[in-house]
Amino acid sequence: MRLHRIATVGVSLLAVGALAACSSGSSPSPSGSSGAAASSASAVPSGSASVGNDSDVRPYDPAHAGGTLTLLAKGAAGTLDPKVNYTLQFWQLYQGTYDGLTAFKHVDGEGSFTVVPDLAESIPDTTNGGKTYVFKLRQGIKFSDGADLTTDDVVSSFQRIFKVSSPTAGSFYNGIVGADACIKAPETCTLEGGVVGDKTAGTVTINLTAPDPEFLYKLSVPHAAINPKSAPTKDAGNTPIPTTGAYMFKSYDPNTALVMVRNPNFKEWSRAAQPAGYPDEIDYKFGLTVEAEVTAVENNQANWLYDPPPADRLAEIGSKYASQVHVNQLTAFWYLPLNVNLAPFDNLKARQAVNWAIDRNAIVKLYGGANLAQPVCTILPPGFPGYEANCQYTNPAGDTWQGADLEKAKQLVTESGTAGQEVTVIVADDEVNKAVGEYVQSVLNQIGYKAKVKAISGNIQFTYIQNSNNKVQISVTQWYQDYPAASDFLNVLLGCASFTPGSDSSINMSGFCDKKIQAQMDDALKTEQTSFDEANKKWAAVDKAMMEQSPMVPVMTPKLIDFISKDTGNYQFSKQFYMLVDQLWVK
Amino acid sequence: MGSLVVLIIIVLACIAAPLYESSIAHTDAFTSNVAGTITINGQTVPVLEPSTEGLGLGVNPIAPTWTAQYFLGSDNQGRDVASRILYGGRNTLIIGFASAILCCVLAGIIGIVSGFFGRGVDAVLSRGLDVLWAFPVYLLAICLSVVLISSSLTIGPVTLSSASILLPIVIIGIVYVPYVARPIRGQVMSLREREFVQAAVGAGAPDMRLLRREILPNVLPTIIVFLPLMAAINMLTEAALSFLSIGVQPPDSSWGTIVNDGVGLLYTRPWVAIAPGILLAITAVTLNLLGDGVRDALDPKARLRGAA
Repeated sequence: MRLHRIATVGVSLLAVGALAACSSGSSPSPSGSSGAAASSASAVPSGSASVGNDSDVRPYDPAHAGGTLTLLAKGAAGTLDPKVNYTLQFWQLYQGTYDGLTAFKHVDGEGSFTVVPDLAESIPDTTNGGKTYVFKLRQGIKFSDGADLTTDDVVSSFQRIFKVSSPTAGSFYNGIVGADACIKAPETCTLEGGVVGDKTAGTVTINLTAPDPEFLYKLSVPHAAINPKSAPTKDAGNTPIPTTGAYMFKSYDPNTALVMVRNPNFKEWSRAAQPAGYPDEIDYKFGLTVEAEVTAVENNQANWLYDPPPADRLAEIGSKYASQVHVNQLTAFWYLPLNVNLAPFDNLKARQAVNWAIDRNAIVKLYGGANLAQPVCTILPPGFPGYEANCQYTNPAGDTWQGADLEKAKQLVTESGTAGQEVTVIVADDEVNKAVGEYVQSVLNQIGYKAKVKAISGNIQFTYIQNSNNKVQISVTQWYQDYPAASDFLNVLLGCASFTPGSDSSINMSGFCDKKIQAQMDDALKTEQTSFDEANKKWAAVDKAMMEQSPMVPVMTPKLIDFISKDTGNYQFSKQFYMLVDQLWVK
Repeated sequence: MGSLVVLIIIVLACIAAPLYESSIAHTDAFTSNVAGTITINGQTVPVLEPSTEGLGLGVNPIAPTWTAQYFLGSDNQGRDVASRILYGGRNTLIIGFASAILCCVLAGIIGIVSGFFGRGVDAVLSRGLDVLWAFPVYLLAICLSVVLISSSLTIGPVTLSSASILLPIVIIGIVYVPYVARPIRGQVMSLREREFVQAAVGAGAPDMRLLRREILPNVLPTIIVFLPLMAAINMLTEAALSFLSIGVQPPDSSWGTIVNDGVGLLYTRPWVAIAPGILLAITAVTLNLLGDGVRDALDPKARLRGAA
């Protein structure tokens, strides 16, 4: 996904199918257990073995309850419907408002990648060869409008994923029995045999067409949130849908503000999944410039800003307000997709030349310096499942980034016979992307191309560069994990099934499809069901094989800055959904 | 006279941009120098300096050194701002003057033809100008720029690439045509009724002769007075379009693009935006003063009025 998760991932991934999950060693798995532990119980991660201890969950401190938390953003993030919205900005808020059967743990740090039971009493063991989950609902949970949570709500919520054409309907939930029919005819979606409620027993059974080791992750994102049966079967837009979480939405005007208040019917059932929040009210105001937002937080007129602080204020907030700044590593990367189906990058040597020429450290500088980003050479970010240090295009040679080699790049361009060709770099029109685009243009000119840079609105750039009809040769873009699995980078970004010619939802922007490497990825996915360690070695090999073909230029992995006011306390950063908004103290 | 001298100095400085770049600044004004270094007081420092205070967040372009290299500091690509301002001035002045000439030529033709022939010809041309005039000038310029810069402009065998400065020249030249054509049309209509024109008509002079010998010489001073004024207005329009990234395209520069580059550095490196802004203001003022001077020189009545 992107930081502004635009509804693009879905359709392209229809055929990606059973994506891989889990990890080895210190890497996270959906169930919070190591691969070995999970695989010993069944072929897929097992609920009973999953829920780790809750030592990282901070106890509630009633002394800090109350007050109004004021958040700022330049603009709103579109629809408030949790089944449709695909932006980090609102997914952050959904953590304290909506619940799924499972949830990512609401904690600071690595533990936040762990899936815990939420509206379900526990994470069940799978049966039927890993294809069936039976969830028992917790009793006594009410929606913010006073209605009781029932199995009917759960069944209708899964149907609603398809009825509202959720952006991930075709990728995350297409493995549910009956999903194919729902994708073809959303309005009549029943998921018959796929999601079955038993009111008497209070259980919901989910049947999959094939084992999906990542299914628990997919149940834990807002698109799988449980809404009341009465929720509209189309995008609810600006109208709030009743919630089960600690907060509910009181009002929403995308031009001015979003107001959240406490859900009067909320009683904490799991501090790990849905903790009681601290502020009485959360006001999210829109419309200020980012400069003004920074000043407001400095002056204690607001508690936090969503937008990244402007480059010329970084030094100021990093020195004068250092105690109010939180810098967190993200599992994400910036990269330059090279279109392998268009000249000049249909030539391997031309693609390799760009990989040799781009100075990753220069781009790190343009992003804000070494304390805000780190150069990368691989597609998988450092520390991610499957990551192995390996740098094929660096001078002097090494496993990590050392430096660019312009002479070698020029030589490769000459050998490729592509020198003098015109290349257009497509970038989003914000300050950092434009700066990176200009730098790339400059480098391309230096190695022998005639480069132009074209900045287009950030709202459309991500979809524009995906559509092969737009004949994008090279662009600057970013990828942020949906959940911690190697397939979410390698198979999603460069898998054959992710390339749909002529579609705005073709996340494989390079149009790369190498049958041999695809077979390696399929093998890695299969291996995950038996041995995560072995699978991760295979993912590392896939990463290396892809970089040999050079369909993209990985440039850096970024960090995120949260700047909070001096009166704001209890900052916690979930690696999955970022700052835990409702856990902040304003009293 | 003073304004002419100032304008000549600015023009000469801009013409000397390559000389300044190669002999004084010793940097390439169009190539990113993000990882570059510079020696100041015997110490080698990066052109883009990472912050070392507190958490060490952010990277600042080098501040004005007030010496030969990086006299006005660098932009966020590590390029010498002074060099880029001189190069940018060339583009701004070329676009300003070229579009003013294009505008005045087109407006002159349309105004004279419309005012002289009247009736159907006037009705068609005037309504065309009305349509053009109906659009706010900046809105029209922005629309044309967005469309043409995202593709390119092809007129018959001639194709203007999206990066060519001919595009802003054509766009700006066209959008201001009604503002010049209208008064010229009015003047021609008035001239057509004057005794000396009527006498020539009575003497059987053909239309082309009337236009060439009686109308044009009387309209020309007006057009000449318009030239510097339109150049000033067009420079400002170019700066506005370039500021919005729909004028001169990178890595080329104009004063507008440099102001745009400087907006993101206002807190730390304000000179990047201020310097081209000051030059733009000075040039616009001198052109306006020059326009007034030309008017006074070409219009003896105005001089007499001033003396009275």
